Amino acid sequence: MNEAAFAEYTKNLVQQGAVGSDEKYVTENRPTDLYLHFLPFLQGMLYVGNDAPLKEQELQLVQNLAEAFSTAYARYEDFTKLEAAKSAVEAAMDELRATQSQLVQQEKLASLGQLTAGIAHEIKNPLNFVNNFSEVSIEMIEEVLEEREKTRLSDRLGRESTDGTLVDDILKDIKVNLQKIHKHGTRANGIVTSMLLHARGGSGKKEPTDLNALVREYVNLCFHGMRAGKNPIHVEIVLDLDTEMGLTPLVKEDFTRVIINLCTNAFDAMRSKSISDQSGNYVPRLRITTKKEAQTMTMVVEDNGPGIPDEIKDKIMQPFFTTKKGTEGTGLGLSISHDIVKAHGGSLNVEIKESEGSAFVIQLPIV
Amino acid sequence: MKFLVVDDEKDVEILFRQKLRKEISSGEIEIEFAFSANEALELLRSRKPPDVMYIFSDINMPGMTGLDLLDKVKVEFPEIKVSMISAYGDGENYDRAMSSGAKGFFTKPIDFDTLKEEIQGFLNK
Ligand SMILES: Nc1ncnc2c1ncn2[C@@H]1O[C@H](COP(=O)(O)OP(=O)(O)O)[C@@H](O)[C@H]1O
Ligand SMILES: [Mg+2]
Ligand SMILES: [Mg+2]
Repeated sequence: MNEAAFAEYTKNLVQQGAVGSDEKYVTENRPTDLYLHFLPFLQGMLYVGNDAPLKEQELQLVQNLAEAFSTAYARYEDFTKLEAAKSAVEAAMDELRATQSQLVQQEKLASLGQLTAGIAHEIKNPLNFVNNFSEVSIEMIEEVLEEREKTRLSDRLGRESTDGTLVDDILKDIKVNLQKIHKHGTRANGIVTSMLLHARGGSGKKEPTDLNALVREYVNLCFHGMRAGKNPIHVEIVLDLDTEMGLTPLVKEDFTRVIINLCTNAFDAMRSKSISDQSGNYVPRLRITTKKEAQTMTMVVEDNGPGIPDEIKDKIMQPFFTTKKGTEGTGLGLSISHDIVKAHGGSLNVEIKESEGSAFVIQLPIV
Repeated sequence: MKFLVVDDEKDVEILFRQKLRKEISSGEIEIEFAFSANEALELLRSRKPPDVMYIFSDINMPGMTGLDLLDKVKVEFPEIKVSMISAYGDGENYDRAMSSGAKGFFTKPIDFDTLKEEIQGFLNK
């Protein structure tokens, strides 16, 4: 750098306010030749120019300075690296969370799909009564009107009139019919409501729930879903429900998914056994037991299917673990069920059965 | 002429009795009810000589299904006609019923005009 350039450069620095004045740097007898000392460190290099070579002690000092600078610089680098790593992890977490909720949503839809067939069937039964009892009531009212007309006619003709018991009987029947219509309308409404609850998700809050009623309703829907689906099988369903059950605190729309998942798995397992069965006298049986104890309630979903081989017993609760072909299994049913039960403060376990089949045991705290 | 209606829904009895009250009170037909397939088989086996001529059966019932009942009736009482009444309208159940020898297939909600035609057709034969 020549003199003029140096002067220009320092002036520039003064203008930018980087240095106070240029006087300090412009001295009378500037050295023209400098002894340069290079002190490289990990991230760069410190170099010192002096009009004489630095002495050993001075060099040591500058060396220390370089090291201190290196450490500071390393700290700074670590920090920015850390910052970058942190935001990378955060982005990954966000993505994971999004994927997870998407998967949970998909599983929800899958179990809803299993339900819709059952629901369609279950709704046509009450609808049958609503339609036909109202239709027959209209016919009956017409009969009443006809009877009235007859009575009026015979009154006018001065004949003995009919005694009116026929009309009374018809009216009684109409009353019964209207009660039936109301009963089955309410039943259909209940089915639709629980389907919506299942699809939309409810409050997410635990409510005191009649678990036995929930089991009855959802096992039934699941059964009809299976029957209306591909490869239906004949299943004997045994409900062994504790009459002293009382109320259990449950997030209904979540817990129903556990019931659906466990039943669907049982139906799948028993279907595979009935396909491979050679004896011809295999009767698939699904047994659901509820039992109340002092502090806990236990629910067992038990099938007499092929059971679960020892090698995969500790894998089945893992997300995405499935032994089902193609699109038949997501491998999420048990993992999500496990999470739901855990969120209720309970546990979901597979029981090793001596004989045949599998048993899934849920334990929940009552208080 | 005796008919047997098999369905696990108990209200079916009141419905059929009302919908077919004219045919019943005129003595044209008689209807009996069974609320499971097993109950239906017991009833049929207890009648000597058999008096039921025609069975209308639901498909989905706890225990034995209507399709299994159809198979059993076709073996044990081949002379009795069987039609299915089901909330399932799908092809699979229909095909299975027809290939097992069902006379007809009615879906729920039941259209009683069609059902009465079927009964009248049977009576006129
Ligand atoms: N009742 C059962 N009997 C036998 N095996 C079962 C049973 N329930 C679950 N499994 C096994 O656990 C695996 C994981 O189940 P799950 O998480 O519900 O996923 P998916 O049903 O989609 O395969 C199944 O693929 C099956 O191998
Ligand atoms: Mg599953
Ligand atoms: Mg039924």
